[in-house]
Amino acid sequence: MIRSDAPVLLEINDLCARVEDQPILKGVNLTIRSGEIHAVMGRNGSGKSTLSKVLAGHPAYTVTAGSVLYRGENLLELAPEQRARTGLFLGFQYPVEIAGVNNLEFLRVATNARRTEQGLDELDTFAFEDLVRERLGVVQMDPAFLERGLNEGFSGGEKKRNEILQMALLEPLVAILDETDSGLDIDALRIVAGGVNQLAGPDNATLLVTHYQRLLDLITPDYVHVMAAGRILRTGGKDLALELERDGYDWVDQELARLGAEPAEVG
Amino acid sequence: MPLLSVESQLPWLAELAGAPLPNRREEAWRFTDLAPLRDLEPTLLPVVDPLGGVPLPKGVSRLDPAEWAPLLDASLVATGSEAAWPVGLNRAADPQVLALRVTGEADPLELAWDAGSAKGLAALRVLLVLEPGSSLDVLQVVNSSGANCTSLITEVLLAENARLNLGVLALGHGMASLLAHVAVKQEPGSALSCTTATAGWGLVRLEPRVMQSAGSAQTRLRGLQMVDGQQLADTHSFMSFGGPAGELDQVHKVVANGSGRSVFNGAVKVPQAAQQTNASQLSRSLLLSDRARVDTKPELEIVADDVKCAHGATVSQLQANELFYLQSRGIGADQAAHLLLRGYCDEVLRELPAMASAWHPLARLLGDGA
Repeated sequence: MIRSDAPVLLEINDLCARVEDQPILKGVNLTIRSGEIHAVMGRNGSGKSTLSKVLAGHPAYTVTAGSVLYRGENLLELAPEQRARTGLFLGFQYPVEIAGVNNLEFLRVATNARRTEQGLDELDTFAFEDLVRERLGVVQMDPAFLERGLNEGFSGGEKKRNEILQMALLEPLVAILDETDSGLDIDALRIVAGGVNQLAGPDNATLLVTHYQRLLDLITPDYVHVMAAGRILRTGGKDLALELERDGYDWVDQELARLGAEPAEVG
Repeated sequence: MPLLSVESQLPWLAELAGAPLPNRREEAWRFTDLAPLRDLEPTLLPVVDPLGGVPLPKGVSRLDPAEWAPLLDASLVATGSEAAWPVGLNRAADPQVLALRVTGEADPLELAWDAGSAKGLAALRVLLVLEPGSSLDVLQVVNSSGANCTSLITEVLLAENARLNLGVLALGHGMASLLAHVAVKQEPGSALSCTTATAGWGLVRLEPRVMQSAGSAQTRLRGLQMVDGQQLADTHSFMSFGGPAGELDQVHKVVANGSGRSVFNGAVKVPQAAQQTNASQLSRSLLLSDRARVDTKPELEIVADDVKCAHGATVSQLQANELFYLQSRGIGADQAAHLLLRGYCDEVLRELPAMASAWHPLARLLGDGA
């Protein structure tokens, strides 16, 4: 939902980042307002996953230039856990399996870290179980998964459901979902997309990072951005995603070649 | 009991054992310095019978000396342990033998000792005889809080189709030492699950040793040893298959912090007679300090050709991607590291017999209210 008077939640200006000595992001600009759903599309290696990890504070990436304001404050100086507590959420492309850490307990510790930041009381084990059982419905998840190790032995679809369950519990202001559709069959995709739609509202924003149009058949974006070579090459409405689906990414090469030939215009 | 003569140059324990302490020129003691034992107060500590005055669990009965005498040492001999120095020491200290017979499906058994803060040597000896088809969960708890040495020998005879779930939970003190042998002889069709967890001792030498006398048995070994400060923990495990179609599933875990030192040596012998053996051994070490040291070595001796034997050893720090995942959910770096450490330890601790939970092993090992 686009409202020009809605408050800006995330403002990314000329963001550049590298991993080891390899520059990946080369000047990303993106503004996200409350209530909006954005999709960042692009081929493998375009930098779209890096963008999501940099925003979440992954230690392997170094920001070399630019700024990110989250609710008007400098996001980049916050530790990853502080970003999460204040309402930034990253849904992982490959959620990590951690044997021995109980899923339910992990969810409770995470939820309470967020609640404490919001000035709410921590939930004890009983109150939390009530909450989690209610939120399981968002992703139609079997309660048996709560008793397992964190993502331990979960299928790809179960891991993604567990990500959206975390999102449902943490109630983020900005949810960044990195390739949430990868590895999902159509039924799991519907459930996960349904969960995201249910959680998206006028007071939060969603950034979908995806390679394919199919997720966008189920979650309608307000803006579609095409990323290539570490920056956003084009921005449009939901029709842009359909155009990409029809024409592929070949035009990106031509566009990049043109930019390469006229470096003065890159700015 | 004999006291050290003033003129003698030998430490009291050597005098008592009738043999000098092993030194680091011997391969089996390469990494393990027994120096803390040299200063041990020359006193034999009285040991309380952990089953004295308590009714025995259903299915468990005491063997009288005429019954146990011919069975004693059988598992030590079968596992090649009878000449080991810690065994000699225990024998010389001449502890009372706690000899138990297990019939049918027995109720769980707990054996707990605490050397407390007394100075000297406490020697314990246990013999468990499981009759054919019987089953037992037994937890041995060994505690200490002072400058003493606990010498423990647990011998087990597992008859055909018997099942034993044996746990050893040993929580010590920086001034305390533990020398423990667990020697098990398994007959075909039997199943052994042996889980050991040690932490806090200045010095630990633990030797789980298992012989499948004719193969065709199942052996599951789990170990967790934690070292911190100047502590040293050494596990030398030994597994031997005397016949075909035996199984071993072994995981040994280490947490090394401070200037602690950890040693693991996992011997597996698969002779020609042990065709169709299926054995796997995994050693995982978590190095939490750059002053800590870990030595780990599989020692596989495989002669039979139709076998599956896998082994692996990893030494690592906490995984950065796991830490980041937890942090990205609002969990602070310290708490995330703590959760990962708990998870790592709990994978072993949860395999202890159920009654171990009353001892809160996780909280005590990690020294917190976990």
